[in-house]
Amino acid sequence: MTAARATPILETADVRRTFQVSAGFLKPRRALHAVNGVSLRLAKGEVLGLVGESGCGKSTLARMLLGLLPPSSGDILISGQPVSSLDRKAVARRIQPIFQDPYSSLNPRKTIADIIALPLKVHRVGAAAEWPAKVREMMDLVGLPHRYVGNYPSQLSGGQRQRVAIARALIMRPEVVICDEPTSALDVSVQSQILNLLLDLQRELGLTYLLISHNLAVVEHMAHRVAVMYLGRIVEEAETDRLFGDPQHPYTRALLASVLTPEPGLGVPDAHLGTAFPNPIDPPPGCTFHPRCAHAMPVCRTIAPKPLATATGHVECHLYDTEMRQAS
Amino acid sequence: MSAILEVRDLRVEIPIATGTLVPVRGVSFQVERGKTLCIVGESGCGKSLTSLAIMNLLPKRAKRTAGQLALAGADLQGVDERAMADLRGNKMAMIFQEPMTSLNPAYTIGNQLEEAYLRHRRATRAEARERAVYLLEKVGITAAGSRLRQYPHQLSGGLRQRVMIAMALMCGPDLIIADEPTTALDVTIQAQILHLLASLQREFHMGVMLITHDLGIVARVADRVAVMYAGEIVETGTVHEVFASPLHPYTQGLLRCIPVPGKTRRGEHLGSIPGVVPALFGEATQCSFANRCPHAMPACTAAPIPLTAIGADRAYRCVLPVEACVANQARAVAA
Repeated sequence: MTAARATPILETADVRRTFQVSAGFLKPRRALHAVNGVSLRLAKGEVLGLVGESGCGKSTLARMLLGLLPPSSGDILISGQPVSSLDRKAVARRIQPIFQDPYSSLNPRKTIADIIALPLKVHRVGAAAEWPAKVREMMDLVGLPHRYVGNYPSQLSGGQRQRVAIARALIMRPEVVICDEPTSALDVSVQSQILNLLLDLQRELGLTYLLISHNLAVVEHMAHRVAVMYLGRIVEEAETDRLFGDPQHPYTRALLASVLTPEPGLGVPDAHLGTAFPNPIDPPPGCTFHPRCAHAMPVCRTIAPKPLATATGHVECHLYDTEMRQAS
Repeated sequence: MSAILEVRDLRVEIPIATGTLVPVRGVSFQVERGKTLCIVGESGCGKSLTSLAIMNLLPKRAKRTAGQLALAGADLQGVDERAMADLRGNKMAMIFQEPMTSLNPAYTIGNQLEEAYLRHRRATRAEARERAVYLLEKVGITAAGSRLRQYPHQLSGGLRQRVMIAMALMCGPDLIIADEPTTALDVTIQAQILHLLASLQREFHMGVMLITHDLGIVARVADRVAVMYAGEIVETGTVHEVFASPLHPYTQGLLRCIPVPGKTRRGEHLGSIPGVVPALFGEATQCSFANRCPHAMPACTAAPIPLTAIGADRAYRCVLPVEACVANQARAVAA
């Protein structure tokens, strides 16, 4: 894709984030590598899906991209500019979040109009007299009737609240929107409406999305490319059709095998993943996936795999490294 | 067939300041031994209250009535709380959505597993412990003996849900009611838990009533499906019939809302059901779905719609004849 070659609108270069966590009473604190060397590129107008189990570091990565958490090392670049050189407001103008739970992400004591207009106030955009018109414009855009301007979040349904959150995220006309499980808290019939809205807005406004979701069917429907995260690293990245049609990494295959498509008679698949998601404080040596991997070789227990280029992305697995295969 | 649970005309009424809420309005179904009935619906459709009503765990001010409510042929309505407590956790057990809030954080896993067994069986602590270890191993927990001494917060979400399942199995129940048992879990763990539940069900020949909003889960685990909307069952049948040829406009709409890998085209609009669920005050006077239905007509709002049976085990609640429903679905799929 040529778009990917141009300067990406958002890029991370070997970003890491380490937390010092308590290992128990009177024990020394230990390092938890929540994000452990992630390099991603988002081209303008692209939807990148990010999938992985809870605890894999998806949300930590999202918080760093939003400028809410500084990386321990590595760079985050917005249109080639390092985020560290921009102040938080400048980052917020260009990257906005939509969170999972529209019940807890809206201030219950503010009216809908106040909530949607807050970014304008924070960034001192234009005169206060112009804000109501802008708020109405946003409400039209996300399909919220104007009569709700004076209502409080508690008076709205889950889907309407998520529309408010979207309006608030878009009022500054950001370039990138980080959608962190945007529909997980919603009912099926509402989820589809919000997904349709996100797709329309993406096309109309030329937005770039990072879509974090555990719902692989939703990711396949929305994303152009997909990155699979496991214990702080992107273990596979590819164009959506490739990733779903020809998954390379054993973890990606296990994830896809676990998806319950609405097809009766197929039964529940057994992905043979074993029960234990490893403790991120004490990650397994070598390839962090090896204790759960059906194809683990001796080398996987000692040497961490390097990213290998694939047709449309990369994979981190010794199975695709001829040298390592021979070594085993 | 041997129905382990028989429910006929179950109603739940909750008096409130301005009248009476009727969140469950005349629901009838059966769960057979060794089979799974999935109750599917969106929030507020009454699916969770239905399960709580069966277990007699409704909030105090809620009133339950039923034409029939029987577990393995024994009436559940006349029995007092003491007798009900003898059944709960013994003959019928429940698995809830959030294992963290349904496990007691102040007691060890072992304590909580053994409690029901000690309550219902005249067993010694050693026997209860042995049973707990046996079941923890059954649900795929390694080092079961040492897990017994752990507290819920020391376990991951998947392990907690396994503990919940082991706990439900302690007394060898005839019926398991699982209310969104995997909603809080990752897809990988979800598949494992459902796989486990299915194999245990076969092994112990239990009836399972599984409540969920996830159509993928329904398709993969259900033998029979009951679709609930606004406190009523709007469609019921075998899982193959309901997915292959949904009759009720709500079921048809729901199935169009979800992206299906390989079927829906990327980036295209998904189906949606505009509008909101009606308030569940008082008695139904019309079709509860009429305000959101693309096929609504005057007859829909004239009177409540009865459930129409087609054959022995399929029914739907719509004024349209079957042929018209099938034609609507075919048109929508073609579009």
